[in-house]
Amino acid sequence: MNGIEYSAPRTIDEAVGALVAAKGAGRILAGGTDLLVQMRAGFVKPGSIIVDIKKIAEMTTIEDKGGGSFKFGAAVSGMQLHDHPTFKKAWPGVLEAINLIGSKQIQGRASAGGNLCNASPAADSVPALVAAGAIVTVQGPKGRREVAVEKIPAGPGRMTLEPGEIVVSFTLPARPAGSSDAYLRLIPRTEMDIAVVGCGVNLTMKGGTCTAARVSLGAVAPTVLLVEAAGKALVGSKLDAEALEAAAAACRAVCKPIDDKRGTIVYRTKIAGVLCKRATTIAAQRAGKK
Amino acid sequence: MSKMHVSTTINGEPTEFLCDPSQAVLDVLRDQLGLTGTKEGCGSGDCGACTIMLDDRMVCSCLVLAAEAEGKKIETIEGMANGDQLHALQKKFIEFAALQCGICTPGFLVASRALLERNNNPTETEVRYWLAGNLCRCTGYDKIVRAVMDVAADMRGASK
Repeated sequence: MNGIEYSAPRTIDEAVGALVAAKGAGRILAGGTDLLVQMRAGFVKPGSIIVDIKKIAEMTTIEDKGGGSFKFGAAVSGMQLHDHPTFKKAWPGVLEAINLIGSKQIQGRASAGGNLCNASPAADSVPALVAAGAIVTVQGPKGRREVAVEKIPAGPGRMTLEPGEIVVSFTLPARPAGSSDAYLRLIPRTEMDIAVVGCGVNLTMKGGTCTAARVSLGAVAPTVLLVEAAGKALVGSKLDAEALEAAAAACRAVCKPIDDKRGTIVYRTKIAGVLCKRATTIAAQRAGKK
Repeated sequence: MSKMHVSTTINGEPTEFLCDPSQAVLDVLRDQLGLTGTKEGCGSGDCGACTIMLDDRMVCSCLVLAAEAEGKKIETIEGMANGDQLHALQKKFIEFAALQCGICTPGFLVASRALLERNNNPTETEVRYWLAGNLCRCTGYDKIVRAVMDVAADMRGASK
């Protein structure tokens, strides 16, 4: 691990400058729960510049913007979101997804920004954020831009970010009354594992009818998927068995999973439909109880 | 590669050290500061043996750069007992035989204290989930969980 440098800029401009100056050798440090593992395994090359973004206030701040809308920095830890007084009630699905990443120790450090930028197809927080309709603020050498979270992953370990660009924050939209969300994942044990399938559902209920729905799947394709057809199958229904099965079928139809010892293609595809139904039911129960 | 100078507070004591930019807090604690109570297990954030508190958050010290500790408060197992007076959790771990080889014990104690400071009335399920990031190959966990539950009950009794 020799020849690695560390910097902790105070502003995003400085962080972007450091990344650009590093000419591809820059590595962003948020919670470090992926980066430090890579460093200790010798996967971070000598000459790399570690850019710690946690001294930048915007990266570590949670802002309740009212009406259910929240903005939180890319380096906000899972435990920080968990302990926030209003976030859990507003976005229980997003919170449960972020809080599934690793142990309580990992939660003390791991962030949604890091989970997104590690670019694993099985990242737990990403399907929930996609279902939530999260907008990501990105800053780079050409300035700031806003992009839907599902546009960031490009494939396992790859992102659509330009060189020098940094994920700064996530903005969750305001939602009407009667809205809620849920995230479920399947793992072969009860805790501390990587999703075999993950599913996020975000919906709005009015008078027993679903008026808006977004469904997202993780770990069944090279990137997390927004399953628009599944959302459409739920909207206008009372979430009866027929609508749930239509949404589940839409989920199964978009699955292109890997086949490995943790889950075969057939198994992952079937489970995607099962989790879609269950997460929808949980989100609807939460929406009704608000 | 020049060393970095870091000022921090460890178990209440202002502490300064020099470190490499890529060095983890765990390595500085053990190899430079002689605080060998914090153990290295996996070195990848899976086992919890190196658990410390960093600005009141429970973290794996193998996954924190020493340079990140600048201006921060660190608490390790060495700060748990008050002189010769063991912490209630330490006493109960001994009483319940909640340890055998002892490598995981400092991590379990720091994690258990963090839980009880947040919640002195946890269910068994809550204790088990909270401690899911701490691995023990000796005890089978049951004695640890019972020790933590028992300390929690004592804490509730004392606060009545």
